[in-house]
Amino acid sequence: MSRSHELYQQVILDHNKNPRNYRVIPDATYSCEGHNPLCGDHITLFLNVGADGIISDVSFQGNGCAISKASASMMTTFLKGKSSDEAKSLFKEFHDMVIGDLDPDVQETHLGKLTLFKGVREYSSRIKCASLAWHALMGALEKQVSATTEA
Amino acid sequence: MLNIKADFPVLNRLFGGDAGEPGMALHYLDSAATTQKPLSVIETMDRFYRESYGTVRRGVYRLSEKATAEYENTRKKVAKLLNAASEKEIVYTSGTTQSINLVAYSYGRKFLKPGDEILLSTIEHHANIVPWQLITEMTGAVIKVIPVDDTGTLILSEYAKLLTERTRIVAVNHVSNALGTINPVKEMIRMARQANHFNPQDPTRRGAVVLIDGAQSVSHMKVDVRDLDADFYAFSGHKMFGPTGIGILYGKSAILESMPPYQGGGDMIERVTFARTTYQKPPHRFEAGTPAIVEVVGLGAALDYLAHLGLDRIAAHENALLQYGTRLLSEIPELRLIGTAPHKASILSFTLEGVHPHDIGTLLDEEGIAIRAGHHCAQPTMDRFGVPATARASLGPYNDTADLDALAAGLRKIIEVFR
Ligand SMILES: Cc1ncc(COP(=O)(O)O)c(C=O)c1O
Repeated sequence: MSRSHELYQQVILDHNKNPRNYRVIPDATYSCEGHNPLCGDHITLFLNVGADGIISDVSFQGNGCAISKASASMMTTFLKGKSSDEAKSLFKEFHDMVIGDLDPDVQETHLGKLTLFKGVREYSSRIKCASLAWHALMGALEKQVSATTEA
Repeated sequence: MLNIKADFPVLNRLFGGDAGEPGMALHYLDSAATTQKPLSVIETMDRFYRESYGTVRRGVYRLSEKATAEYENTRKKVAKLLNAASEKEIVYTSGTTQSINLVAYSYGRKFLKPGDEILLSTIEHHANIVPWQLITEMTGAVIKVIPVDDTGTLILSEYAKLLTERTRIVAVNHVSNALGTINPVKEMIRMARQANHFNPQDPTRRGAVVLIDGAQSVSHMKVDVRDLDADFYAFSGHKMFGPTGIGILYGKSAILESMPPYQGGGDMIERVTFARTTYQKPPHRFEAGTPAIVEVVGLGAALDYLAHLGLDRIAAHENALLQYGTRLLSEIPELRLIGTAPHKASILSFTLEGVHPHDIGTLLDEEGIAIRAGHHCAQPTMDRFGVPATARASLGPYNDTADLDALAAGLRKIIEVFR
């Protein structure tokens, strides 16, 4: 298991097993269900954004593989306290990284620990697993009730 | 047991041998999605392109005449495979999906009336669900669903209740691609016939036709459409060692004759004027446009290959592997087999506790094992068994016990990684 070691790292396996922020926010400002029509996986993202535009709480629930679950879990921990504008630009960086257009090893990013997911660029069939939660996030920020990875 | 890996070039290649490593042999366990191709099919198509290629049914030159002869010869071979009464009952399509759409749009649109009923089973492929949904929107017909029990076996007593004088179409698969269940289609066709004898005085009674989706059966077992008494039988070339882009619709002559064209174009007409166009007889009525000529010829070679192996031998080989694989997988405590019908084809669908099927698929791939992970285009089946997806190993005649040993070892390794 050579190539997959880069993808299935201990951190990712841990977030898969014990996802953080895996809960419903009952009175969330926004929520959005993200679908991956290729595999049928879906997650619901809950988001509280204050009047100041700062994300005060973010959580998720749903069904997915280790990659999509760990990605959602790490995304939620990373986003708390950030502004919705920052979240949008992080989406772009994350997206570019997983499709291979942005290499965190040579270019500067604001993705911190999330650069762990750079490994998925080697797996064209799994890129959408990593970006599912982010698509749901963008949907929520755009006040949509559902979003898909097939944008 | 068969030993035919040598016939399949891709099964003799080593994969992923970058960085000076020797690479790995492929354990191909996704034949239900599509089968690998034997050298004879690859070479036949290659030779045809080099030596015999020309248009069919149009050219007056020898190249075209010869191409036409080869092209039509496949039709005879298909008729023989299915024991059809005539090759006129064999329509070339692009695959199972188009075959079913053809019946839905041609037969369904002509004969379905509001309130008429179409019976499908819970465990159909989307290709045998969605075309019917589209047709119900156009005709006002309604879909009723035959339930399955927890093993994935259709509940025939419920089917019997669903069969009424309103039933116009029964469309079920011969073998479920998601679970491997072999459905008792001969019995189901007999029951459909009987149900339509109930009320002969009823003037609305027009009879039900039965379509069998044979995508997962034709290359695994002997199929005799006359013994089954099937009205339609649909399948794909690429799941039976042939190329993509070619499929078959078998239809009983009298029924095909009653059906309007499905698509219009060249080759399907008798005479065209702007005032009125008359159509060819079946099967050509349903074959508009320049067809997949080389693919048809390739399918012919695939049928020769099937005949050379022998369907009885294939079935025996695959059944032995199925028993072996079932035993092997049952020894893994974290594994749940989905689809445990007493009559099963060589498909092993399963879940692993705590590991999503996609992760199973990616990690097995690292070991050179190709399986399918997902909903298998059968989301209602997944819903019925309460899982979003399964991992699926499906076998072909080229597989052996080593492929299954590799699978079981790979799964144990994954369980360790995820522990
Ligand atoms: C049972 C069944 N029906 C229909 C199909 C659709 O076949 P195709 O995609 O070749 O048209 C498949 C293929 O996956 C199948 O397994």
